[in-house]
Amino acid sequence: MTSVLQAHELGRRYGKRWALRECTIDIPAGHVVGLVGPNGAGKTTLLKLASGQLEPTAGGITVLGGRPAGGPEQLAKIGFVAQDTPVYAGLTVSDHLRLGARLNPRWDAAMARERIARLGLPLTHRAGRLSGGQRAQLALTLGLAKRPELLILDEPVASLDPLARREFLQHLMEATVEHEFSVVLSSHLVSDLERTCDFLIVLADSRVQVAGEVDKLLATHHRLTGPRRDPDRLPADQHVVSARHTDRQSTFVIRTDGPIHDPAWTVTQLSLEDLVLAHMDQRTAENRRAALEVRR
Amino acid sequence: MIEFHLDARSGVSPYLQLVQQVRHALRLGMLREGDQLPTVKEVVAHLAINANTVLKAYRELEHEGLVAARPGVGTFVTSTLAGASLAAHGPLRLELRRWLAKARRTGLDDDDIEALFMTTFRSTAQEDIA
Amino acid sequence: MIWLTWRQLRGSAAMMAALLVLLAVVLAVTGPDLASRYAAGIAACTQDDTCGRFYDRFFSGHEFSFMALSLVVLVLPALVGLFWGAPLITRELEAGTHLLVWNQSVTRRRWLAVKLALPGLVAVAAAGLCGLAVTWWSGPLDKSASENLALMAPLVFGARHRPDGVRRLRLRPRRDQGMVVRHTLPAMALTLAVFAAVQLAMPLLVRPHLMPAVTSTFELGQANMEGIGINQDRGGVVEIHLRSAVPGHGGAWVLSGSLVDPAGRTLGDGAEVTVPISTTSGPCAPSGSPVMDACAAEINRLGYRQKATYQPLERFWPFQWIETGIYAFLTLGLTWLSFWWIRRRLS
Repeated sequence: MTSVLQAHELGRRYGKRWALRECTIDIPAGHVVGLVGPNGAGKTTLLKLASGQLEPTAGGITVLGGRPAGGPEQLAKIGFVAQDTPVYAGLTVSDHLRLGARLNPRWDAAMARERIARLGLPLTHRAGRLSGGQRAQLALTLGLAKRPELLILDEPVASLDPLARREFLQHLMEATVEHEFSVVLSSHLVSDLERTCDFLIVLADSRVQVAGEVDKLLATHHRLTGPRRDPDRLPADQHVVSARHTDRQSTFVIRTDGPIHDPAWTVTQLSLEDLVLAHMDQRTAENRRAALEVRR
Repeated sequence: MIEFHLDARSGVSPYLQLVQQVRHALRLGMLREGDQLPTVKEVVAHLAINANTVLKAYRELEHEGLVAARPGVGTFVTSTLAGASLAAHGPLRLELRRWLAKARRTGLDDDDIEALFMTTFRSTAQEDIA
Repeated sequence: MIWLTWRQLRGSAAMMAALLVLLAVVLAVTGPDLASRYAAGIAACTQDDTCGRFYDRFFSGHEFSFMALSLVVLVLPALVGLFWGAPLITRELEAGTHLLVWNQSVTRRRWLAVKLALPGLVAVAAAGLCGLAVTWWSGPLDKSASENLALMAPLVFGARHRPDGVRRLRLRPRRDQGMVVRHTLPAMALTLAVFAAVQLAMPLLVRPHLMPAVTSTFELGQANMEGIGINQDRGGVVEIHLRSAVPGHGGAWVLSGSLVDPAGRTLGDGAEVTVPISTTSGPCAPSGSPVMDACAAEINRLGYRQKATYQPLERFWPFQWIETGIYAFLTLGLTWLSFWWIRRRLS
């Protein structure tokens, strides 16, 4: 299967602070990819690097086989809906459609008109007078009617109310069935991504914590509960993601491809949210350990 | 035609929920042979879920021999789970009602009843496997 | 891209056009009248040789509107820079719409090029038209303007249209700042500050040195002397009021002028210069009637001269060209900078 996005040791620094570092991922085509992580984890930076609005400080990135924003053809292949879905407040809805038609060679005018009509957006309304949900839908329309091979959405639903959020995702997902394209969308909420994404990237602390197909991630992560035990005494193929201990009991989240034989453990499945949280937790736990070592 | 819904708190994965809902509808006779399932696009647009989830559920149902995909047309029900057992539903339900009434009379509340039912259900299921 | 830029510019361009039309109407209505009155006045004054006085009267009669118009032409670029240039890019950065437009199938370079070129051309055209109209209107006034307001004078210099109108390139740098300063209001303030700085620095610091100024000495006469008088308060000394003008070089821009004695020593500059010459006897004694002319002739005969440093009027066009070149160069530099900036820094 071909890749939509390949990054190798990708990094971006602002002044002294690394917003993203040592990011190596390979996203196969045909997925709806969720990029999840706390605010400030580097999600926007990664998406801007992918769309070519930022240049990497280190490493390299290839999107659909080309350099991001390398030229008009490359730009035409990638749609981008920015955070807070900006539109021109002074231009009308139909002006936006004309803008899209004039600036994009592969513009699907029929699709754009049909979408706007279905959404009930009045063509003569200024975009500044639209509600947040309508504005997001307009921005999505611009992104979709461009007919990209990859559509990138940066926190598209973060500022929407639950109803608008659902409608936005309904339209987005429906479009993925109608026209085949890959999607990368970011959110700081797992619940936004749980149903929509079949590929997940967890970012925390400027680094990729885990990336892979959702099904595979769920199948290989387990929660083990049992008598207190040191993590070092787990089998070598069981990679500990997070560990919690009370004086008698240990709870591990592990990642393994093999089966778990030890009868001492109660093995439970993780929900996607638990899985994500475990990976974020691991990061902070490591930081805490590092801090302790320094203090010693 | 049935309409799917998802319960986010059930802990059951979305694809499995779809499969279960089709099976349930087949058992209760809400879906009969020849009925069409909603198209992938319809389900996706309605539930805002990933298309692969729906495809996976439909493939699973196909694998079980319950439905068949006709390319370009849609997915259709090819067999039923209700069959002869549907006739037995009525008497069994009546019996269950009587049992529930008896349980209430002895002072069990809804939670007690559910817990009793589930543990009994599970242990007999395990005995059957063993 | 051109369509989008025009669509964004449309409103303010219409406003600008309306103002220009208004100005043009005012000028068209008053212009012929001004010209005919000038022609009539000249016809009358040539007969009795009082044209000097007619010039003064004619000019002072229209001084206010003349100054006001010159100011309009000078301030127009500032306003255009303020309301078009500065927000051109900052408004996009503020609203985040640059992220929308950069993700259409248009490269950022092209976006910036059109964004700079189209409003730039419109502004140049508008300012050029405005300059042309004012130049046409004030033709009679330019001819009768006193030396302080001659073509070379700083205020008027800037307000006369350049040969090709391209001098309005000076508008352009202002919108490039928008890239560095990311908020509209600070960008507008900065625009104003830079405009003021350039408008002050150019005539005061740069223009006098564009070409080496000419320094020479002149006999004293009507052209360079406001007046000559005997100051009784100071014991009856002869005082000369110098004008900032030089004889034989009408319209020259006099940078400095002073009175020098026969040995070449400076006696003083500007207002009142005392000339050590007898007022008790000779032509400068306060007796006979045509005293001033005779006294001036005597002062000249003794070797007192006006020493002036000036830029002659013939340099008007060379100066305009040089300044156009400087602005064009600055514009190119700033444009290059903004292209670099957009590639490297912005997101």
